[in-house]
Amino acid sequence: MAYKNYILVCAGTACESNKGKALYEALEKEIKAAGVDAEAQLVKTGCFGFCEQGPIVKILPDESFYVKVGPKDAHEIIAEHIVKGRKVERLLYKENKAENDPRSNDISFYRKQLRIVLRNCAVINPEIIDEYIARDGYAALEKALFDMTPDSVVKEVSDSGLRGRGGAGFPTGRKWLFTKNTPADQKYIVCNADEGDPGAYMDRSVLEGDPHSVLEAMTIAGYAVGASKGFIYIRAEYPLAIERLNTAMAQSREYGLLGEKILGTDFSFDIEIRLGAGAFVCGEETALLASIEGNRGMPVPRPPFPAVKGLWGKPTVINNVETYANIPVILLKGAKWFSSIGTETSKGTKVFALTGKINNSGLIEVPMGTTLRDIIYDIGGGIANGKKFKAAQTGGPSGGCITEEFLDTPIDYETLQAIGSMMGSGGMIVMDEDDCMIDVTKFYLEFTVDESCGKCAPCRIGGRTCYNILDRISKGKGQPDDLQKLKDIGHSMRKASLCGLGQTAPNPFMSTMKYFEEEYRAHIEDKKCPAGKCKDLLSYSIDEVKCVGCTACARKCPVSCISGEVKKLHVIDQSKCIKCGQCFTACKFDAVKKG
Amino acid sequence: MNMIELEINGIPVSVKPGTSLIAAAKQVGVKIPTLCFHHDLEPWAACGICVVKVEGSPKMLRACATAAGPGMKVITHDPEIVNVRRTVLELILSTHPNDCLQCSRNRNCELQTLSEEFGIREVPFEKRLRDLPADTSTTSIVLDPEKCIACGRCAKVCQDMQGVWALEFIGRGEKTRMAPAADVSLDESPCIKCGQCSAHCPVGAIYEKDQTREVWKAIEENKKHCVVQIAPAVRVAIGEAFGYEPGALLTGQLYTALRRLGFDAVFDTNFTADLTIIEEGSEFVKRVTEGGVLPQITSCCPAWTDYMEKYATDFIPNFSSAKSPQQMLGAMAKTYYAQKAGIDPKDMYVVSIMPCTAKKFEVGRCETMGASGFQDVDVALTTRELARMIKQAGIDFKNLPEEQPDSILAEYSGAGTIFGVTGGVMEAALRSAYFLITNEDLKDVNFMDVRGMKGVKAAEVDIKGTKIRVAVAHQMGNVETLLNQIREAKAKGEEPPFHFIEVMACRGGCIGGGGQPHGATDEIRAKRTAGIYTDDEKSVRRCSHHNPMIKKIYEDFLGKPLGHKAHELLHTEYQERKVYKK
Amino acid sequence: MAKLTLNDLRKLRDETKRNMSQRSTEGKRAEVVIGMGTCGIAAGAKAVFDAFLDEMSKAGIEDVTIKQTGCMGLCFSEPTVEVICNDMPHVVYGNVDDKTARRIVREHLAGKALVSDHIFDKPSTDIIKNAGK
Repeated sequence: MAYKNYILVCAGTACESNKGKALYEALEKEIKAAGVDAEAQLVKTGCFGFCEQGPIVKILPDESFYVKVGPKDAHEIIAEHIVKGRKVERLLYKENKAENDPRSNDISFYRKQLRIVLRNCAVINPEIIDEYIARDGYAALEKALFDMTPDSVVKEVSDSGLRGRGGAGFPTGRKWLFTKNTPADQKYIVCNADEGDPGAYMDRSVLEGDPHSVLEAMTIAGYAVGASKGFIYIRAEYPLAIERLNTAMAQSREYGLLGEKILGTDFSFDIEIRLGAGAFVCGEETALLASIEGNRGMPVPRPPFPAVKGLWGKPTVINNVETYANIPVILLKGAKWFSSIGTETSKGTKVFALTGKINNSGLIEVPMGTTLRDIIYDIGGGIANGKKFKAAQTGGPSGGCITEEFLDTPIDYETLQAIGSMMGSGGMIVMDEDDCMIDVTKFYLEFTVDESCGKCAPCRIGGRTCYNILDRISKGKGQPDDLQKLKDIGHSMRKASLCGLGQTAPNPFMSTMKYFEEEYRAHIEDKKCPAGKCKDLLSYSIDEVKCVGCTACARKCPVSCISGEVKKLHVIDQSKCIKCGQCFTACKFDAVKKG
Repeated sequence: MNMIELEINGIPVSVKPGTSLIAAAKQVGVKIPTLCFHHDLEPWAACGICVVKVEGSPKMLRACATAAGPGMKVITHDPEIVNVRRTVLELILSTHPNDCLQCSRNRNCELQTLSEEFGIREVPFEKRLRDLPADTSTTSIVLDPEKCIACGRCAKVCQDMQGVWALEFIGRGEKTRMAPAADVSLDESPCIKCGQCSAHCPVGAIYEKDQTREVWKAIEENKKHCVVQIAPAVRVAIGEAFGYEPGALLTGQLYTALRRLGFDAVFDTNFTADLTIIEEGSEFVKRVTEGGVLPQITSCCPAWTDYMEKYATDFIPNFSSAKSPQQMLGAMAKTYYAQKAGIDPKDMYVVSIMPCTAKKFEVGRCETMGASGFQDVDVALTTRELARMIKQAGIDFKNLPEEQPDSILAEYSGAGTIFGVTGGVMEAALRSAYFLITNEDLKDVNFMDVRGMKGVKAAEVDIKGTKIRVAVAHQMGNVETLLNQIREAKAKGEEPPFHFIEVMACRGGCIGGGGQPHGATDEIRAKRTAGIYTDDEKSVRRCSHHNPMIKKIYEDFLGKPLGHKAHELLHTEYQERKVYKK
Repeated sequence: MAKLTLNDLRKLRDETKRNMSQRSTEGKRAEVVIGMGTCGIAAGAKAVFDAFLDEMSKAGIEDVTIKQTGCMGLCFSEPTVEVICNDMPHVVYGNVDDKTARRIVREHLAGKALVSDHIFDKPSTDIIKNAGK
């Protein structure tokens, strides 16, 4: 027999450290005392992602959500809520919101996320089209084909304020309008599923979990602008997504929702998949189109823009996976609803891949305007292992870092650019005090240098020259004019590179030089790495006073470079030391110094 | 037409739609620096040197690839723009060797010029060079990856202009370089040795194989009897190496210079151009009257022959079996001339001066290139190499008197000299074909329809009732459509659309050859072409069959056109070659 | 299935909607939904799937469907499994391994009790369910 009530106590790291354990024990006592153990099950849960308001207690099935609960509240919760069925008002979470706020029904009062793009992920089986259809799937296509004109579809998308989610944030409706208004005998709809940013997997999740949303959106786009053919350019490193897309397309075609005369109308639209081959630069739209055409993936100058002259010279709409995933919802729920979410300039939600030194890493979707603090400390559960926040990188290798002083910035396209970063495709990597900004910057620059197509000189040559400078700095060989050189080359790369890869490749070092100048100076002038990451600047030594000669370090050392007799001072041979840090971890007497 | 009004640095300018910002700026005396840009190609927009500011755009735009727009306000030079350009140039210089003093493009290099204009005194960035050996696998072209600045011109020329696709971008990022696909050697690739890559390279990364040392050696050797022939296109371009305007007709001074270099006899390829017309013209008449394979296709361009042997072997039967003028002269020098002058052909060394890099390949193309019993032409030098020899020898070209050549193999008609331009071989052939068919001479020997820069020119010629349809193609990339027209007609069983076709691999014909002085644009090609037609117009005789030395060589030596001796010495064969040797 | 007309599509939608909300298709009383995106699979979701099948057959449970789905976003706790029972609250379990999967079958599906230490919260409400409100 099921329990009448389930009492969920958050046992996430934050709540635990905040008297969570004592609260659990108190509740346990109260349940026994009230004699309701057969009616109410007490369970510990993982992190609920609302850590600023913890400790959290949730009662099911009525979904009461109690915040800032202390062990002293245990009695009242059991006596009032469980026994008498009366909620404890003072502990319930109340969000401060206006009475007539249209969002109040759709944005859950404590769950800071709003899953529009990810609406079907983890709800449906992506390999069964009927499940997609049951969740209003293809209802937007119905509406477009039977109740709307191409013009009204474009207008709806424009009015919604949707902006490209690939990173540039160009208004989607305007792009569709340009394509619609350019006369041609053939037009194309292209989906950019190349997703090359390291650490980004938003598009992959959508394609694996809800492929039909993209197919439906592309078909709607075809109807809106007058295209009969679409291409999905997807990186070959996503085999499961490719498989799911193929299954989805086959099922869609069977049902007549893709292909000739869709739903019995005169409108025909079909889609082909094209695989990428391991080039990040093919995520740049003109290089992507060149790749589809069978040419080497190298960008070309814009204008002309693909909307006017794209694939094989024809007007082409090219949008990101996430942008498309928004389209069916916009048509069904309306532009007014969509534009009520987000900020003045950036409407709707954004999916972020939250990773790095954070407790709850994962894929999150939040309304534009959510602050970084909410994302990191609530949804993300705070910094792992009790470390201190140092910076968050958004926009992948094209982005910049956001420091503590900007944690309360509401996230949107403009605000992120204003502080030297960018929205990018949605990667968000959190760094703590153990991360070295030079090391992080090197990582990103190594990526862009490797992925540079090589066509234009500023990116091809400048990227490598800057990487080599940073490498020298990380190895203690920095020179006084290095920072100025980085600034000069960075500025030229920004202004004279042919495409976004080269134009934004300097962002990591330009932004870290601005906000972490002392860290750079430490490396260049003092030859020290404050975070303790850059191996060449690190040295381990044994404190004469603290060492008791237990030999633990010498035994752990993988290169046997520690000498010393039992109960006598041990010494590390610096010339052989590989800076692995094993001795540091092994010493129980705090005698190994790192610095 | 609606003109576009815009401002360059505050100066108003009015241009036609589609004009680039570079051209618009030029109109008002503003020179935007460029590097990868070339007038022959679509803007590649790679190097980043030509960036300018356009009001309203947050980015700097490339002037080569941006069309002038109404009301545009463009700034071409301000401290920020110049600094960005300078940094980009410094980055390029940091990956380029400082070898100017030993480089084939010393004082003739676009990177040198830019560095001078920017006042570069030091390069603040670490030097990183490609450590790769040069590709010397072909007879004609050398690829030196160390000097390559990845401007992309050679690959775009080889692919888009020439349609050969021997060069491609391989590698990625800083490892990008131009090489044949799969990194095979140039000799193993489809390369037809036309040399257009070397003609477009802004620096010393691609250049002709220099054979001047061999020639110096032969000249110095007392026993060797060195003779030289010059192609028509050389005489209107050699002057560019000495400060003359392109197209200056310098035949007489060339003869003098060649004598002073030490050659024992100075001949002129234009003579054997006339000879080619007699042989090829007779061959054409034979095909037309006896039902031979039509269309007949000219074979004097060795890059075209190589292309055909690789890509269009179905046309082997169509090719004229006549050798090129260069090869005919070599054969005649080591037989006819050797006899007449009493010289043992084994002691004769024949050098040709050509506007062409493929001629270096032609001298050993196949067995028939040794019809005399020895290699008919020992070395083919390019116009560029000759200029270097003249300078080395202390010859003050500008102040030379004019001299005469050795007429036995040098007298030429106007028809011979126009071989140097696109449409020239066709026009020369028609002038004599008319006579061969009707036994009468034309009143007006000019065939304007086959002249000019159009990629494929077609014309119909009425030879007293017999209608002959001709086509002329130049720039290798234009040939495929023409060939397909013929193939389609053949497949449908229809009459061939043309009876006679002339093909030249280089844009403009030989005057735009891969071995000519650097910097050719359509403007310069037009001037060189005008020089050739001037040479034709002022010739006493305009038709090959009127050339008295031609009549003499048949009477004295060859017998009759297409006769046994002519066949042995003046005709060749064709074979199938692999597109990729690997 | 043949190509749908507009009416066919609407009928199909209504039918499937009803079936899914009643959860009475073929007499099933519960559904186990396992996240099988690449991250889930990489964390071991396939073994979890097999564990559920195995344990349910051992326990003689035949009226529970198992299905796969995409990414829930709780990537730090993959593999994730959602259990939807008619007579119990909907719950999301994280860090599910073979052992935990079997505990879920025995304690949750059979025993109607939640499995402690593995419960996570769904990131947001369902905008499709709330459509129109």
